[in-house]
Parts: sequence; structure tokens; C-alpha cells
Amino acid sequence: MKCDLCNKKATVHLTEIVDEQMSEMHLCEECAREKSVQMEQQFGLSDLLAGLTDFGKQVKTADKVDLKCEHCGITYDDFRKFGRLGCGHCYDAFKSHLSTLLKKIHGANHHFGKTPKKLPKADKKKVEDLQELKNKLMLAIQMEDFEKAAKLRDKIRDIESKKSK
Amino acid sequence: MKLDSFIDNTGEWLKGTGDNANIVMSSRIRLARNLMGFPFPNKASKKQLHQILTTVHKAIEEIGYFETSSLFKISELDNVDKQFLIERHLISHDHATNPDGKAVLISKEEVLSVMINEEDHLRIQVMQSGLNLDETWKIINSIDDALSEKLDFAYSMHWGYLTACPTNTGTAMRGSVMLHLPALVMTKQINKVMAAISKLNFASRGFYGEGTQASGNIYQISNQLSMGHGEVEVLQNIKGLIRQVIEQEEQARQALMLQNKPMLEDKIFRSYGILKNAHIISSQETVDLLSMVRLGVDLGVLKDITRKCINELFITIQPAHLQKIGKKKLSASERDAKRANLIRKKLGGT
Ligand SMILES: [Zn+2]
Ligand SMILES: [Zn+2]
Ligand SMILES: [Zn+2]
Repeated sequence: MKCDLCNKKATVHLTEIVDEQMSEMHLCEECAREKSVQMEQQFGLSDLLAGLTDFGKQVKTADKVDLKCEHCGITYDDFRKFGRLGCGHCYDAFKSHLSTLLKKIHGANHHFGKTPKKLPKADKKKVEDLQELKNKLMLAIQMEDFEKAAKLRDKIRDIESKKSK
Repeated sequence: MKLDSFIDNTGEWLKGTGDNANIVMSSRIRLARNLMGFPFPNKASKKQLHQILTTVHKAIEEIGYFETSSLFKISELDNVDKQFLIERHLISHDHATNPDGKAVLISKEEVLSVMINEEDHLRIQVMQSGLNLDETWKIINSIDDALSEKLDFAYSMHWGYLTACPTNTGTAMRGSVMLHLPALVMTKQINKVMAAISKLNFASRGFYGEGTQASGNIYQISNQLSMGHGEVEVLQNIKGLIRQVIEQEEQARQALMLQNKPMLEDKIFRSYGILKNAHIISSQETVDLLSMVRLGVDLGVLKDITRKCINELFITIQPAHLQKIGKKKLSASERDAKRANLIRKKLGGT
């Protein structure tokens, strides 16, 4: 199998679920290393973003994105330029773009891990349920049971969309 | 507590104790946290930055973990003070620039420090000596829990802790381990090892400064990813990786001792000799020689020096430390003389 980015032999294989689409990425060692080097540059996120725009097929290139966070006033283009978000609400304002970006950076766009103590009890239960579902999702992806993975993902979305009510 | 009183202090993380202390210098975990209701520092007004500072400081005082600690406002420090804190790994370069509304809180033993209004509202850091991520996590986790009862952290069920830079979103945790790897460098295996590490999504970089060039054969390895895996799992992964690196270094040390013992001992004793006798010495030369001396201590070749003494020297031979110890501003050539003087005194030289 050939590398998606150049023509060498692909030795690193990644499976991703981005939005509704399952996609696979095959990279040679060199391109895979290149990718991780880009991510090392913690302070060069704009470079990373620039690098990602021509990375893989499913990433839409530098179309002007007309999004703005009403709370802090930054636009998505500002974020692209400086690599920093302006406030917690930016995560809602740029949700779908960030989801794709986080997936690119971390290989995942769901939080696993601790929660603040101050969360309301009902939310806590929900968080626990969610984490369990997410664990199952990871497992399903690892086992390449994509049908199950898709179902789990829907369930997770379902719970998450009910959160603020 | 005054800043100058840290000079006579050996930070907990420099004590040279703990698991695998012959190779692992220290373990560190950092958590980024932001307050709901305020923009991130890069977007906050001067007034907001001061409100954040007051709010965070009050919460920290209330939880009691930091009873013996001091808060330093960066705007009230001079350049040597700031450099001094950078050299002790208590603040970042970024924190030392644009000082408005920024502060750092440091516990007496330098186990805990909190940068306020760096890239995020809080950067909580805990450091321990040796390979000790478990204990480090236990400490920082309970501090974070206690703070999260007092403060409203920006958090989403979907994305976890929200940070100014998306490379930190999720756990917002960075665990890192500092390793001394002279034998892997001498046997020219280090690049191979570091390449393997970066392929696994871990970052490695040198101990001094921001660059990747490692001085003194000291490397820092940390996790890159903060989303998709829980804190404990990530730390377990780091530990597993570190164990492998330790094993490689041990093997390389044994091989060197077996194949080339006279040459290795010669190198160690010469390094020791220069450090004990030099009257002018640059920091680059110093850290290279210190690395050899530390290896000598670890291999039992040098018996009268402690690891703690060497670890301290790695820190105190830096420019701001020399000026603090000398109690005055020193030019580069004055520092080279002061450095040599300090080392001779420490190692009981002439
Ligand atoms: Zn390739
Ligand atoms: Zn915003
Ligand atoms: Zn989700």
C-alpha cells in the first residue's frame, strides 16, 4: 500500500471517524513523523493549521469561515492566525470546525478523564455514563466493529445534546 | 517569603532521591485551568486580569494546600528575578514577558507552583524527585479537586477542560519526566530512541531553554495529546515508555563499562578534575562536564560527591543564579569566573 501523501510504502495506518464519515489514512514512516513533528510545535499552531489544510482529503481548505464568538469577539479567522481561542464560549461558537481540528491534533475529540468537583449531581451521572460509552466506542473502533461504533457514537451525541436542559 | 530565600533552598525535585534516581532526575505534572465568566488571558482586559488574579489567589489561600507559599507579581520583579524563576523551572519564558496581571505562587519546597494568567488562567505544576508520577499525580489531583470546589472551571462534558490553545484541551494535562541519558548519547543511540518516542506521540526536548538541543545529556519526555485518554492512563503510558528508556540507558552504561572502562573512567576523572580546578568556565562546558561527573557518581566511580550536589549545580551555574548568589549584576566574562569559583567551592577544589 502506498502513502497517501507521497508514493512510498505506507507503514502507519490510522482509522478515523470524522462527522458521519469513516476514513482511513495510510502514511509512510516519514510522513507520519512529519505529522507528529508538526504537533510538537506547541506554539506554532498556525503552522499546524496551515499544514493541515493540505493534509488528507476530508479537510476543507482555507475557505473563509464567517464565524465569530459573541462573548469575546474573536473570529475563526483570528483564531487561525494566532492559534489561540479567546474564551470558553469560542468552543461553542466554532464547534464543528474545532471538532475536526481537535480530532486532527489529538486523534480524538472526546474528553476522557476527570471532572470538576463543582458539577451538579445530575451532570456527574451523565458524565460517568458518557465516559463508559466512550470507552466502549474506543473498543469498538479498535475491534473494527464500525457498525457498533456508529451506534455508540449516536448514543453519545444524544446524551450530549440534552446537556443544558 | 522573599524570592532571595530560594537561593539557599534545594527544591524537592532536585534532591536526587526517588525511584530510578540514577537516570531520572525529576517528574512533573502540569494542569491548565480557566475560570468560567472571564476571557482567556490573551483576550482579557487589564481589569479582568486583576480580577482573575484576586479570585484565584483567594481560592488558593482558602484551600490551605499552600500554607507555606508566596505569591510574586511578575510586574514587581526585575529581569534577574524573572530569569531566576525561569532557571528554576517555576515560570515559563512566556510568563516573564508582558507581565501585566501575571503572578506566580510558589510553595516553600518548590513542590507546587501556580502560574496565574499565563496562556491560561491557571497553570498548576507539581514536581517531585526521581520517577514519581504516581505521587505527583496524587498531589496535583487533590489540589485541583480542592480548587474546583472554590472556582468555576471552564469545562465541557464533550471536550473536557477548555484551554486557550486546542493542543491542551481535554485533560489539559502535561506529564513530563527529566532524564539523564549520557550513555545513550555516547553510544550514538539517542536519535533512534528519540525518533521512536516522537512516533508514539510523545515529545522530547532538552532541559535548558526552549530548543530541542539537549545540553548536559538531559532530556525531557512528555505526553503530547490531552484528549481521548484519561489522566491516569496517560501517566501509565509515560511511565511504561520511561521504563523502556531507562532500560536502554542502563544497557548502554553497562556496555560502556564492559568494553571501554579505562576510557570511560578517564573521561569521568578528567571532567571532575577540570570542574574542581578551572578558574574560568562557560555554562556549556560546565553542563557537559557535570553530566560526566554525574555518570561517575551513578556508576560508583566517584564516591565523595552526592547526586544532590550535582543536581543543584545544574541549576545554580545559570546566569541569573550566579548574579543572585553574587548579589550584583555580572557581565558574561565575570559570570564565567564566578561560575568556576562556585563549582570549585561546591566540589572542594583548589
Ligand atoms: Zn509519505
Ligand atoms: Zn470566545
Ligand atoms: Zn461528543
